[in-house]
Amino acid sequence: MAELGNFSPEERVAQEERLRRVWKTPGGWRYWTSVNNSEIGLWYGVTAFAFMLFAGLLGLLMRAQLAVPNNDLISADLFNQAFTLHGTVMMFLFAVPIFEAIAIFLLPSMLGARELPFPRLSAFGYWSFLLGGIFVCGSIFFNAAPNAGWFMYPPLATDKEYAGIGADIWLLGLSFIEVASIAAAVEIIVGIMKCRAPGMRINMMPMFAWYLLIVAGMILFAFPPLIAGDILFEMERMFDWPFFDVSRGGDPLLWQHLFWIFGHPEVYIIFLPAIALMAMIVPTFSQRPIVGYSWIVLAAVGTGFLSFGLWVHHMFTTGLPQISLAFFSAASEAVAIPTGVQIFVFIATMLAGRVIFSVPMLFGAGGLAIFTIGGLTGVMVALVPFDWQAHDTYFIVAHLHYVIIGGMFFPIVAGIYYYFPFVTGKKLSDAWGKVAFWLMFVGFNVGFFPMHFSGLRGMPRRVFTYPEEFGWDLFNMISTIGAFVFAAGVMTFVIDIFRPKPKPVERNLNPWNAGTLEWTNDPDESWGMRSVPIITSRYPLWEQPNLQADIEAGRYYLPDAKSGQRETLVTSVLDAEPIQCLRVGGVSLVPMVSALALGGVFIALTFHWWIPTLICAVITFISIMVWLWTGTAQIPEAEEVDVGLGQKLPVYVSGPASVGWWAMFITMVGDGTAFASLIFGYFFYWTVHDDFTSGAAGPGVIWPIAALVLFVVAWLLTIAARELNEKGPAGCRIALVAGMLVTIAACLAGLAGPFFHGMDPTSNVYPATVWIIAIWTVVHGAVGVIMQAYCLVGSLTGRVTVAYDQDIRNVTLYWHFVAFTAVITFAVLGLFPMVNV
Amino acid sequence: MKSVIPREVESLWTLFTAPTIWAVHFIGCYATVAIYCAKAASLDFGFDTVRLLLAGFTVFALAVIVLSAWLAWRQWGFGVHDPPHDEPTRKGRTLFQGYATLLLSGLSFVAVVYAAIPLILIAECQR
Repeated sequence: MAELGNFSPEERVAQEERLRRVWKTPGGWRYWTSVNNSEIGLWYGVTAFAFMLFAGLLGLLMRAQLAVPNNDLISADLFNQAFTLHGTVMMFLFAVPIFEAIAIFLLPSMLGARELPFPRLSAFGYWSFLLGGIFVCGSIFFNAAPNAGWFMYPPLATDKEYAGIGADIWLLGLSFIEVASIAAAVEIIVGIMKCRAPGMRINMMPMFAWYLLIVAGMILFAFPPLIAGDILFEMERMFDWPFFDVSRGGDPLLWQHLFWIFGHPEVYIIFLPAIALMAMIVPTFSQRPIVGYSWIVLAAVGTGFLSFGLWVHHMFTTGLPQISLAFFSAASEAVAIPTGVQIFVFIATMLAGRVIFSVPMLFGAGGLAIFTIGGLTGVMVALVPFDWQAHDTYFIVAHLHYVIIGGMFFPIVAGIYYYFPFVTGKKLSDAWGKVAFWLMFVGFNVGFFPMHFSGLRGMPRRVFTYPEEFGWDLFNMISTIGAFVFAAGVMTFVIDIFRPKPKPVERNLNPWNAGTLEWTNDPDESWGMRSVPIITSRYPLWEQPNLQADIEAGRYYLPDAKSGQRETLVTSVLDAEPIQCLRVGGVSLVPMVSALALGGVFIALTFHWWIPTLICAVITFISIMVWLWTGTAQIPEAEEVDVGLGQKLPVYVSGPASVGWWAMFITMVGDGTAFASLIFGYFFYWTVHDDFTSGAAGPGVIWPIAALVLFVVAWLLTIAARELNEKGPAGCRIALVAGMLVTIAACLAGLAGPFFHGMDPTSNVYPATVWIIAIWTVVHGAVGVIMQAYCLVGSLTGRVTVAYDQDIRNVTLYWHFVAFTAVITFAVLGLFPMVNV
Repeated sequence: MKSVIPREVESLWTLFTAPTIWAVHFIGCYATVAIYCAKAASLDFGFDTVRLLLAGFTVFALAVIVLSAWLAWRQWGFGVHDPPHDEPTRKGRTLFQGYATLLLSGLSFVAVVYAAIPLILIAECQR
């Protein structure tokens, strides 16, 4: 092991001064331009929590309405808006963002990094989320909230008479937030893979990081199908393209497929991070390492995969062949295995250690008990015949709340109690916490357990009232009382958070005596790690003596900030050997401006204001260009810098070694999933019709094949540009110009097929599908041209050179995906109609 | 001499081999059956052919999972070392990878078997 640094007290003070200056959070209004993970994480968390309270109030409003039969407290339409917004907000504006918030806040400290690799991307995600969230929530005050249920089934939600502007607000507002989620997934995956402290091999990673890695991967495959669905849906609402209109060959079931391919993994996307918090809390309060580390990895990975084989269990009553249903029933039972493993791991850890029953443990254990009940009813509804009875009744409402509140909300509250000292340096009150827990635990069960019975007695979900003689009134009254007790518990918790608390007399960074790295951080300093330590244990604070003192004395990596820039270490994926000193973006207005402008695009589109849409799109484009040009792939003042411990590391790396390459790769995997969903749609329509073209003209063979060939040539030219760049700029520039021209030709050829064959997208679903897939590919081609032009300008201005070729390498990677997309697109569009059975 | 069985691969991706095979098998079964049931009228073979085809596919998927499990078992040193594999060495990391991959292969094997059960019990599309 390298010899640790040794600095005199004066040197240390000077180092700290420089670090403090570099990582300083700006004051005044500029505070909001901060991109530091601790600010973004905090804003994200507080905002998501506020949305949760808002959605909770909507829940109480519904419970008040349902308390007695024939109630007229609120109108049917307001009730519809309330339950739609309640579900939507809880899922999209609380459950997913709160885990992004926690991840952004905690991960750098857990991994021993100063920052995640793309702090400005996190800031961009936050501002997108805030704007999109306010837009969606605010709609109810104008009586314009979505009202067709949180899964927006057509034909109800495509009916403009019934679902007015609310459906557009849902589609566009949430698409915008989905973009933010994918941004967070990129940040989290690259952060976990590449930014761990030296020595933190993959068998040393904190459990939280394992879970988050899997969850971020799931986001990449789960959110894009919904984005694809949103595109189809909005095209139908805005331009009358009949994707879900049966009279013109469409099929509402496609939406159900796309929604639930997202929707079921989503349940695990919110559940796994909460369990990840438990995997941090349980060892601390058992005062021993977790039992069965590898089994947790099995459970996380296994659940992540299996959760994609469950989506049709939301569609058991749609008339699909029963053999298909049986596959999904089987997978739904199988997912109980890894889920159960996690719970047994926690029990085993508690049994093997000495459990301290603190407030976080109380919430954790209570949550797991509730979750287990929800899991058991889950096994019940995974059985097709039982589901036919229980579908769309209050039994399902009970099941999903048991799963989500037990599996997600209680552990999150446990996590907030646990990590509150990490965030603020102060503990929440034990006494208040116990009161809050018992109110919430009892209130929850009183509120939701009777719903199993009202459901089995036939009460359908989403009814705004019911007659007296059905015998549902007692259960509903009990449920309402329970809901308000539960809300009192939540209120107690909120008051505990906000009531003034005295500063502790003694500085104690690790009040729970936890073993993981994040507890070395001082909440009063915004640099995260004072120096980036070498890790040799899963629980370094328990097993590496002197760690805290050595970190604070700056004896490890990056103890200084001489360059005046924010720096963190990049390490290798498997063994975490230091390979790069990464400079990350600092305070900037650009992420906020681009997010707000992009938000403007979505909002203006909702109201069909075309000119503002265009203006906002131009601002978005310019701000993203400014962001890229001034904030990425900067040529450093020196090849290598001293990172401490006698080691020098490069600052600029390109290709697969760079974080930017990984980010591109991950983004394009998500993008590819959305494309695959559109192709799935094409073949879906083929299966539901005897002749899926319904006699309409296709795009022909010539134009699609021409487009295919031209796209492949453009791809080869881009690769040639990358290769030629290694010899000098001239050849590279020629290849880029040629690539741009060929791409433009390819895009025109791609659109020429459907255009010259007079395919009218409003006439039938077949031309609409052909158009949407062709447009998707052409848009990717257009973005490809912009990227080629960016590299060309970079080459002309000396930004892209033989040695500094990050931009062109990342663009080539993008083009691999474009070529793949184009080949599939035009082969399917041009050739498949010929083999149509 | 070149080994028929691949040598140890230094990659994180090996961890995901078995679950990926489960996913391919699952989607393969679902897509085949969905297409068959939608297009049965214009096809000149029966559902039993589909079942046989998918049975073969299942055996193949299970065989690949067993192979992946064997490779993982080898990487784990054939079970000579006990978990938790938290040593700060390359060896410790490799053993952990082997063990976790072996566990995942087990889960994937069971999940593939689960997915195949309907093929035994259900003899037609049953719309």
